[in-house]
Amino acid sequence: MEKVIEVQHLNKSFGAHEVLKDIDFSVHKGEVVSIIGSSGSGKSTLLRCINLLEKPGGGQIMFHGENILDDRHDIFAYRQKLGMVFQQFNLFENHNVLKNCVVGQIKVLKRTKEEAEKVAMKYLKVVGMDKYIYAKPKQLSGGQKQRVAIARALSMEPDVMLFDEPTSALDPEMVGEVLKVMRELAEIGLTMLIVTHEMEFAREVSDRVVFMDKGVIAEEGSPEQIFNHPQQERTKEFLKRTLSL
Amino acid sequence: MSFEWIVRIVSENWPMFLRGAGMTLFIALIGTVIGAVIGLMAGVIRTIPMPERGPKKLVLKIINIILSIYIEFFRGTPMIVQAMVIYYGSALAFNIDMNVMLAAVIVVSINTGAYMAEIVRGGIVSIDKGQYEAAQAIGMNHFQTMTNVVLPQVIRNILPATGNQFVINIKDTSVLNVISVSELYFLTKSVAGNNFRYFESFFVACMIYFVMTFAVTRILLYFERKLDGPDNYTVLNEELEPKKI
Repeated sequence: MEKVIEVQHLNKSFGAHEVLKDIDFSVHKGEVVSIIGSSGSGKSTLLRCINLLEKPGGGQIMFHGENILDDRHDIFAYRQKLGMVFQQFNLFENHNVLKNCVVGQIKVLKRTKEEAEKVAMKYLKVVGMDKYIYAKPKQLSGGQKQRVAIARALSMEPDVMLFDEPTSALDPEMVGEVLKVMRELAEIGLTMLIVTHEMEFAREVSDRVVFMDKGVIAEEGSPEQIFNHPQQERTKEFLKRTLSL
Repeated sequence: MSFEWIVRIVSENWPMFLRGAGMTLFIALIGTVIGAVIGLMAGVIRTIPMPERGPKKLVLKIINIILSIYIEFFRGTPMIVQAMVIYYGSALAFNIDMNVMLAAVIVVSINTGAYMAEIVRGGIVSIDKGQYEAAQAIGMNHFQTMTNVVLPQVIRNILPATGNQFVINIKDTSVLNVISVSELYFLTKSVAGNNFRYFESFFVACMIYFVMTFAVTRILLYFERKLDGPDNYTVLNEELEPKKI
């Protein structure tokens, strides 16, 4: 299968603190990969390095076989192809729901307004927010905001969707509606990379699960392998801690 | 009797007061608008992230130093002195006989600009980091991020401070009488000089100043509310096609 993203020997430090140590890892087309691990294990940083919100300290990030850390590479063109969903939603506060999904298409992809609105409506329908296009972000609940944020990312029609703990800032009763949308996206074959604390969800939707610990990938494999037959001692310990809650 | 004098002064000199008030409002308005534009530009430049190396870093550093000097200097000296220095200085240094009106507008503009630069910088810094990240994540560059996402929010947030500056300018244009600008204070002084009724003449001026500042405050408040839009939003029905935005 074609590799969409391939991370090689990735390093990242914040000052003297090494957050990522020599990470090797890839995402194939159509694959759903979940990254799990305790807080501070570097999983969010890895995701943020992949779309260059954090500058990697060293190593390579290949996108469709091209090294995007190459100085000549156009990072703006690269970022258009990655959809990012944040823990804190980060909807544009000055725009309503529809405009949130449209502005990037018009300004970055240079689509016409009509075209952009058509695409936006399509994805707002997917996330079930098509009736709220005139609402401003501050008028929405957390779950609604996150669904709009997903629609905004989808509207750019990216090659890969990155999710950075998309349900961690939500009230428990809203987690379900967001996971439901993500489950649907996984089913239609979207390539997804998900950093999550939702173990049940990761087990259910992922093709592959990556367990990170102290800045390294401690173990990776199928959900069945990771959750039912973990090989590493630290994986077992982590799962015991989180699943027994 | 004072009251009779007030009536008499107004009825005899109202064109003079009106002209003075008009001039005051004109200088204050133009000065505030130009000052706000200067402040916006200075604020944006001062918040450009510093490149790590290269000639760009040097250029940006020099510009930042110049802006700092400008801001510190004009905030740290009285406008009445700046007016004298600019008006007489331009005649001395460049041998140009500057129009007092032009000098007045320049003084108020650059003075306001120095204050607005800091207000804008504060406004930009206060915007959540997530707004920048979300804009970058869909592939916007710094300029697109600023114009589509950050500045609209900044402008909304600094509107009260800008209105405040406008009110201050209406009052502080009175110091421009030292360079013989025919604004309200200057003309009131000449009215009082003709009839030797200082209290009554300046009482009239006082009232005019208050009406102007009060009206401006109210208008800006109305404008702010208008900008915020309605508290409610329309939820679309199944039948309703969302055509008009």
